[in-house]
Amino acid sequence: MDSTTQQRIESLITSSPVFVFMKGNKLMPQCGFSNNVVQILNSLGVPFETFDVLSDMEIRQGIKDYSEWPTIPQVYVKGEFIGGSDILIELYNSGELRETLTVALGS
Amino acid sequence: MVHPDQVKAAIVAALPDASVSVEDLTGGGDHLQVSVVSTAFSGLSRVKQHQLVYGALRRELATEAIHALALQTSLPA
Repeated sequence: MDSTTQQRIESLITSSPVFVFMKGNKLMPQCGFSNNVVQILNSLGVPFETFDVLSDMEIRQGIKDYSEWPTIPQVYVKGEFIGGSDILIELYNSGELRETLTVALGS
Repeated sequence: MVHPDQVKAAIVAALPDASVSVEDLTGGGDHLQVSVVSTAFSGLSRVKQHQLVYGALRRELATEAIHALALQTSLPA
């Protein structure tokens, strides 16, 4: 990954307390896994920003290298990677996600 | 696409004590649901647990032989 891509990724993930790299956008997710993440965050009523990786091949590959995580979606809270769709579902079901987000958004 | 047995074998090669179940969600071999139980996950965050499994499947994921992978990791009961 070149340093421009890395800088773009770092500025994206810190641009909002909750940031999601996904396929498509909030209104029209282009993949079931991305849709799961959007639905979960919507149901918790937290503000979040997204980036459509289908619009940018550099970011699409770069974000996988950045997090050493091979799949999209990827969810970042306060700049830290917390997981993809499966982990978000688990964290949501256990109540941990609400807790993490409350702390992140409250501080 | 990739055969569920290949996926299982790749995971067990990386995590020898793992008990792995692979379900082919569409019959096409590229949308898989995988559940892995291993002591190797002890003390690791979920992200790190999944990274261990992704590491074992690096080649299959990079070539998009596996397009979608739903993953569950856990410790032996």
